[in-house]
Amino acid sequence: MNRTYELMFIVRPDMAEEEQDKLISTLETAVAASSGLVKSVERMGKRRLAYTVRKFHDGIYVLLTVEGGGGLIHELERRLRVTEPVIKFLTVRIDEEQKRLDKIKAIKDAKRKAAAPVTPAEVAGEAPAATA
Amino acid sequence: MADETRASESSSGGDRPDRGERRPSSRPGGPGGGREGGGPGGRKYFRRKKVCKFCVEKIEAINYKDIRLLAQFVAESGRIVPRRLTGVCTPHQRRLSLAIKQARNIALLPFAGRAA
Repeated sequence: MNRTYELMFIVRPDMAEEEQDKLISTLETAVAASSGLVKSVERMGKRRLAYTVRKFHDGIYVLLTVEGGGGLIHELERRLRVTEPVIKFLTVRIDEEQKRLDKIKAIKDAKRKAAAPVTPAEVAGEAPAATA
Repeated sequence: MADETRASESSSGGDRPDRGERRPSSRPGGPGGGREGGGPGGRKYFRRKKVCKFCVEKIEAINYKDIRLLAQFVAESGRIVPRRLTGVCTPHQRRLSLAIKQARNIALLPFAGRAA
């Protein structure tokens, strides 16, 4: 049961860098404990929130991409919920969307390969129109 | 934003003959023109056929993190702009609305009103 999820969470804007590191590393250990895999950690920095959340107008966004089962996500969400500086979080499953995109890309590549030797002029004519 | 869609349509009109043929026979009694302009007396003006931005520009991924893309389909009030105004096709509108709702949940887009 290997699924890929994106965990985006917002921590309070006044949270220190070291504390963020600590929080992220605890989440990483939790992932490892559930035999999951952290694919990437991205700090998106401080952003203005679209609406006030717990009386905050700004927040520090962190994006975590993990691989694992539903139980792992359950545990991570529980942890985020009890971690006081985390003001909001969202989990999105991305593997199926990624699969769909890969499929489309594969079809596109196959088409391009098939079309290129026969009519290179047509492809060349198409390319600028697509980028315009 | 709407102008962008139209501009790309006219530029890519050459390699999409099917769209070009359909354009002259645009429905006479259809709803008003674009989002801006048009107005109630839209019948007098030439109404360009609206096309799906995602199909024309071949945008496959509609992600909740891509706020600049999503914001084009959200009205000032925070409302998701209906298909009949933007011309987005049904499959894309479905994924678009999902992405907008996800973005709202993580405070990237407002539920109502302008971003505070």
